[in-house]
Amino acid sequence: MGHKIIATGRSATGIPTGRLAVWWVIASEIVIFGGLIATYLLNRFLHGSWAESAAYTNTFIGGANTFWLLTSSYFVVLAHSAAEKRDAKTARKYLWYTIGLGGMFMGFKSYEYATEISHGFTLFTSNFWSFYYTATGLHGFHVLCGMVIMAIIAENDIKKERNWHRVENIGLYWHFVDIVWIFLFPLLYIAK
Amino acid sequence: MLEYFLPRASSFAGSIDHLFDLITYLVMFWFLLTMAFFFYVVFRFRAKAGQKAQYVTGEKHKEKMAVEIPHYLILVCDLVILIYTFKVWHEVKIDMPEFDEEVRVISQQWAWTFEHAGADGILDTDDDIVTINELVLKKDTQYKYELQALDVMHSFSIPVFRLKQDSIPGRNIYGHFKPILEGEWDIQCAEMCGYGHGFMPARVKILPADEYDAWIAANTPADAANTAYANNDESELKEASNNG
Amino acid sequence: MADTATATAVDHHDDHGHSESFWSKYIFSTDHKIIGFQYLFTGMAMGLIGGFFSYVFRMHLAFPGSEVPFFGIVSPAAYNSLVTNHGTIMIFWVAMPVLIAALGNFLIPLMIGCDDMVFPRINRLSYQIFLISAIVLIASFFVPQGGFGGAWTAYPPLSSEAEYNGTPFGAPMWLIAVTLEIVAFLLGGINFITTVMNARAKGMKLYDIPMVVWMIVIASILFMASVGPLVAGAVMLLFDQTLGTGFFDPAAGGDPVLWQHLFWFFGHPEVYVVLLPAMGVVIEIICTFARKKLFGYKMILYSSVGLGILSFFVWAHHQFISGVDPRATYLFTTTTLLISIPVALMLFAMIGTLWGGSIRFTTAMLFALSFIAEFLIGGVTGIWLGSSGTDIYLHDTYFVLAHFHYTFVPIAIIGTFSALYYWFPKMFGRKLNEFWGKIHFWGTIIPFNGIFLPLFILGAAGQHRRIAGYTAYPDLYTENFQDLRVFATGSLIVLILFQIPFFVNFIVSLKRGQKAGPNPWNANTLEWVAPSPPPHGNFGDDLPQVYRGPYEFSVEGREEDYWPQNEPDPGPSETSK
Repeated sequence: MGHKIIATGRSATGIPTGRLAVWWVIASEIVIFGGLIATYLLNRFLHGSWAESAAYTNTFIGGANTFWLLTSSYFVVLAHSAAEKRDAKTARKYLWYTIGLGGMFMGFKSYEYATEISHGFTLFTSNFWSFYYTATGLHGFHVLCGMVIMAIIAENDIKKERNWHRVENIGLYWHFVDIVWIFLFPLLYIAK
Repeated sequence: MLEYFLPRASSFAGSIDHLFDLITYLVMFWFLLTMAFFFYVVFRFRAKAGQKAQYVTGEKHKEKMAVEIPHYLILVCDLVILIYTFKVWHEVKIDMPEFDEEVRVISQQWAWTFEHAGADGILDTDDDIVTINELVLKKDTQYKYELQALDVMHSFSIPVFRLKQDSIPGRNIYGHFKPILEGEWDIQCAEMCGYGHGFMPARVKILPADEYDAWIAANTPADAANTAYANNDESELKEASNNG
Repeated sequence: MADTATATAVDHHDDHGHSESFWSKYIFSTDHKIIGFQYLFTGMAMGLIGGFFSYVFRMHLAFPGSEVPFFGIVSPAAYNSLVTNHGTIMIFWVAMPVLIAALGNFLIPLMIGCDDMVFPRINRLSYQIFLISAIVLIASFFVPQGGFGGAWTAYPPLSSEAEYNGTPFGAPMWLIAVTLEIVAFLLGGINFITTVMNARAKGMKLYDIPMVVWMIVIASILFMASVGPLVAGAVMLLFDQTLGTGFFDPAAGGDPVLWQHLFWFFGHPEVYVVLLPAMGVVIEIICTFARKKLFGYKMILYSSVGLGILSFFVWAHHQFISGVDPRATYLFTTTTLLISIPVALMLFAMIGTLWGGSIRFTTAMLFALSFIAEFLIGGVTGIWLGSSGTDIYLHDTYFVLAHFHYTFVPIAIIGTFSALYYWFPKMFGRKLNEFWGKIHFWGTIIPFNGIFLPLFILGAAGQHRRIAGYTAYPDLYTENFQDLRVFATGSLIVLILFQIPFFVNFIVSLKRGQKAGPNPWNANTLEWVAPSPPPHGNFGDDLPQVYRGPYEFSVEGREEDYWPQNEPDPGPSETSK
C-alpha cells in the first residue's frame, strides 16, 4: 500500500506548483487589500475630515519604513539568487538580513503606534484612525507572518540544503507585502 | 396581473403593473416554448432498442447558429423590457414632480412615525400632525415624502402604491407618490431590522379632500410641544406577538 | 537520491494501509477522496440542520402562534435567527462544501488522471478550518441571547451593534464562522487550480478536461476574485461589533451602504460559484445518459467565462431601492438582463446535447433533466427582478424568495442528488437502488414545486420576506393566502419525508447495493478507469494517458457507443483526427 504520491511532482504548465500556489495566495490577498483600499478611497473622497486626520500621521517613520521594506526586498532577491546557486550560507545570510529589516519595520511601527496612541489618536478617535490601524495592522501582520516563515525556511530548509524553491516563493510573497505598503504609504502618509 | 391581488392606489402603480404584464408575456412566451421543446426532445430521443445516438459536435457553423439565433431574439426582447423599465424607473424614482403636500416618514425599531405637514402644508411648523403607525393622505394629491431612519435600516413599503424605499440612518431620502384611490391598506417594513421586524405594521388611509380636511381640523395640536416621536415601546411588540 | 527511500518510508506513514487507525484513515487523512467525503458528509449534516430550520419557520407561518412539534413556540427572535441561519447554512455550509469542495476534491484528481491533489496537507487544513467554522456557527445558536438574526446579508447598523440586533455573542460568532469558511475555501481553491493546471494526465489538453472540472476551476477563480472585499468588510464589521469602531456607523461618520456594496460584490458572483459546478455535473450526466457528445464544448466554456466576468458588474441589482444613486440602476439593469444570455446559451446547449441522443432515464439522469427544467423557472423569474421598474414592487417579497429558491434548490439539492446517484458507484463500489431512487426523485421534485409556486403568488400579492408576524397585517392575513401558506408548508413536509427513502437507500446500498464494476455507466472520463471504489493512489502504478476529449459518445464507425479517454487509438488509419 505504499503508494508514493506523484501528483505533487507533476508540472503540465512548466511552472512549479509551489509558485503557482503562491501566486494564487497573492491574487486572493490583492482582492482583500483592494477592497480595503477601495473603502479608504471612497471614504476619503466623501469625508473631508479624513484628509484633516491624515495630517497627523508621521511621514518620517512612514518613509523610513518604506526604505526598510524596499531594501529588504533587495536582500530577498539576493537570497533567491544564492539559493539558485545552491549556496546555503549566503542564502541564509540574506534571508536573515531580510528578517532583520522586517524587524526594523516592526520596531518603527511599534514606536509609531505608541507615540500616536499617547497623543490620543487611538483606534476609536475617528473613522480615519480606525481605518489607519486596521489597514496598517493587517499589513503588519502580513510582515510578521512573512518574517516567521522566512526564519523557518532559513533554519529548517536552507540550513539542511533542501526545498530551495521555497526561497523564491517566500520572495514572491515578500514582494507582494512590499507592494501593499507602496500603496498604503502614499494613501496614509503622503496625501495630506 | 398584479391588480388582481391588490388595487392600484397610486398614480404610478399602473405603470409598474403594465411593465410586469409586458415582462410576463415576453417571458412566458419563451419559457413555454423552451419547456415544450425540452419535453419534446426528451420524449422523442428516449432510448429505443437498436437505435444509436447521433454524433453531433455542436462546433459547426450551422449548429452554432441554431443555438445563437434564438439568443438574438431574446436580446431583442431584453431591449424592449429595458426601454420600458427605464421609462418606469424614471417615472417612479428619478422624476420629482411638483408637489402639493409633504409628509415625513420616520422609521425606527419598531414603529413608523408620520409627520403630516398640517393645515399650512409646511413641515416643522406648529400645526404638524404627528401620528404613529398611521399615515393619512389626501386623495388625488401629489405628495413628496422624506424618509428617515433613527437606528437601523428599514424599508418603507406600501404594496398598493407599488412603492418601496429603504431608509438609511443618517440620510434623508426623498420620493413622491400620488394616491388615487380611497381606502385603507397595509404599510410594511421590507428590510430586516431586528426582533420586531415582523411586527411593525402600519396603515395608510386615503381620504377624499373633505374628510381629509376634517381630519386635519380635528387633529391639529393645540400646542407645539406635541411632537414627540414614538417611544421605543417593548409592550407594543409583545402585544403584537400575542396576536400572532 | 539517498532520501527517496526515507521519503517513501515517510509517505508510507502518511498512507492508508490496512494497519491504520480509524483516526488517521478517516479523520486526519490527506487522501483527496476521504477529504471529499468529509466535506460531503459535513455538508449533508448541515443540510439536515438547515432543512430542520426551514421546517420550523414554515410551520410557524402556516400555523402562526401554535406550537411547532420538535421545537415549540417560535418567538420573533427565534424566527429571525432561524431564517438568517437557514440562508447562511444552505449557501455557505451546504451548497459550497458539497458542490465545490466535496465534488472538487473527489473528482478532480480522478478526472484528470492523477493520484491526489498537489497539496494534500493544505487540503486537509482546508477541511479542518471548514469544520471549525461549522462548529462555531452551531455554537452560536446556544450562546446567551441566541444566534444572529439580522438576515444572511447582515446589513449594518443592525448587524454591527448589539444594542440593535440583541445578539452580542451570536452576531460576532456568525461573522467569524463565515470568515473562517471563506478562508477554508480560499485554501481549497489553491488546490483545485494548481492541480488542474499542473497535475493533468499525460496527453490531456485544455479542451480534453471534463466540463465539471472546468466549472469547479472557474467557480474557484470567481470565488477568489470576488470574496476579498467581503473579507476586508468582515474585518471592519467585526471591529465594529467587538471593539466599537464606527466603520459602518453613520453617527461616527461611517457608511452603512458600503457594507452592502462589499457584500453584494461577492454575493452575486457567489451565485455563479455554486451554479457552475452544478451545471458541470449536469453536463457530465446528460452526455453519458444521452450517449451524446457535448453540444458546443467551447461555446459552453466561453459562456461560463463570460458569465463569470459579467457577474462582477451586476451586484447593485440587489440594491435598487436601498438608497444608492437611482441613476446607477440604468447600468445595473442592463448588465443584469444581459446576463440572461450566457445562462440561456448554456441551457440551450444542454438541450442541444439531448437532441439526437438515446436518452436513458436513470435516476441520475432524471435529476439532471429536472435541473434544466427547474433552473429555467428560476432563471426566467429573475427577469422580473432584474428589471428595476418591477423590482420596486417585488424587492424583498416572497417573489424574490421563490425566484432564488428555484435557482438554489436545483443547484444545491437537485444537482447534488444527481451527482450522488451518478458517482455513488465510484465512491463506494455499489449502485444506489434505482427503484427507490425514482421514488425519491418524484417525491422531491413534485413537492419542491408545491412549496415555491404558491410563494410566487404570495410575493406578487405583496407579502415581504422575513416577516414573522404577518397576522398583524390585515391585507396579508386573508383566508386565501393562508391556504397557500399551508399548502407550501405541507409540501415541505412531504419533501422532507421523501428524503427518508434516500437516506435508507444510501445506507443500505453502501453494504448491499448492486456491485458496480469500474465503469457501470459506460462513461468516458478518467474516473471510470480507476477501480470502484478507487484505492489510495487511485489508478495503481500506471496512471492513465489521454488520447481524446471526454465526450466521444456514439462515434460513427465504432462498435461501442463510448470511447474512453484513455483508450489508445486503434491505428493511424482509423484515427478520428
